[in-house]
Amino acid sequence: MAEVSHHNSDYDPVFGDYVALLKPRVMSLVVFTAFVGLMAAPVALHPVETFSAILFIAIGAGASGSLNMWWDADIDAIMRRTKSRPIPSGRTTPDAALGLGVALSGLSVLMLGLAANWHAAGWLAFTIFFYSVVYTMWLKRATPQNIVIGGAAGAFPPLIGWVAATGSVSIEAVLMFALIFMWTPPHFWALALFMRSDYDDAKVPMLTVTHGRPKTRLHILVYAILQSALAVALAFTAVGGVIYLVVALVCNVIVLKDALRIWRRDEVVAEADDFKVERAFFKFSLLYLFVHFLAILAEALIAPYGLGGWS
Amino acid sequence: MSIRVESDMHRRRRSQNIGVAVCLVLFIGLVMVLSLVKITNTGPIEGYDHAPRPALADEASK
Repeated sequence: MAEVSHHNSDYDPVFGDYVALLKPRVMSLVVFTAFVGLMAAPVALHPVETFSAILFIAIGAGASGSLNMWWDADIDAIMRRTKSRPIPSGRTTPDAALGLGVALSGLSVLMLGLAANWHAAGWLAFTIFFYSVVYTMWLKRATPQNIVIGGAAGAFPPLIGWVAATGSVSIEAVLMFALIFMWTPPHFWALALFMRSDYDDAKVPMLTVTHGRPKTRLHILVYAILQSALAVALAFTAVGGVIYLVVALVCNVIVLKDALRIWRRDEVVAEADDFKVERAFFKFSLLYLFVHFLAILAEALIAPYGLGGWS
Repeated sequence: MSIRVESDMHRRRRSQNIGVAVCLVLFIGLVMVLSLVKITNTGPIEGYDHAPRPALADEASK
C-alpha cells in the first residue's frame, strides 16, 4: 500500500478534490449500467426508490474508487495517466481517501438496503470488497489476469440494479454481468497493444509484458468469441427482443471480424499501419457496450406499449 | 492579535464546507422523500396497541 505522503501542507483541499477521489468517470458508467439493469427488471420501483437505488450504487462504486486511490497512491505517483490524481498530486492525504472510502461504503450499503432491499445491499457490499480488497490489494499486482478480475468488479452494477428491483438474481442479471465481465479484458488488452503503458515502471504485471504480445492477441480473440456468445444469448432472455438481437448481431460480427484480424497480425504489420486495427477494435468496444445496454433499455421502455421482446 | 470572524482557514475551506453542507441537506431531503414514499406505498397497517379495536375484534371472531 501507499507508504507515501505527497501532501502539500499549504493547500487546503476543495470539494472537487474529494469528488475526484470517487472516480466520477467510472461512476457514470456504473450509473448507466445499473439503471439499465433496474429498468429491465420485471418489477417496477417507485421513481424515488429507483433514483435512490442508482445513487447509492454509484456512491458505493465511488467509495471503492477512493479506497483504490488510497491503496494505489504509490503506483499512481509513478504512472503518467494517474500522476494528477488527488493523492499523488498532493491535494488530499491518503488518510482522507481511506476515511471517505470507508464512510461512503458503509453509507451506500446501508442506504441501498433501506431504499431497495438487503439482498441488493449485500451484492453492493460484496462488490466494494471485491474491488478494493480482492482486486486492488491482492491480485492487481500479483497476476497478469488482473484486468479479468478488475472487470468482474465493474460488471456487478447491472446485477445490483436488477436485484434492487426484483430482490433476487436471475439468468438475465447473470448474463448482463457476464457480458461486461467478458467485454473488459479484450477492451483493455487492445489498448495495451497500441499504448505504451507505464504499468511496467509501476511493476504491475500486464499480459502484454508477462506473456508477450502474440499471446495477448490470442487472448483478445478468445474473449471476443465468449463475449459475442453471451451478448447474443442475452437476446433470447426476458430482457432481449428483436431490437436487441439486431444490435447484438451487427456489433458482434464487427467485433469478431476485428478480433480475428488482431489475432492474425504480427507486430511488424501492426506497427506498419500504426496499430490501425487494434485502435479500431478499442474505439468500437466503447460503443459496443453502450449500444448493447441502450438496446436493453429500449426493449424495457417499449414493453409497456406491447412492443419489443418476443411476444 | 485581533479576533476575526472569518479566518484565512475559513476562506480557504469555503468550497469544502459549502459542498459538504449541500450534500447533507440533499441527503436529509432524500431520506425524507424516501420515507414518505415507503410509508404511503405500504398501505394501512392496524394492529393491537393496548386499546380496544372493534375492527380487529370482529376480524378475530370470524
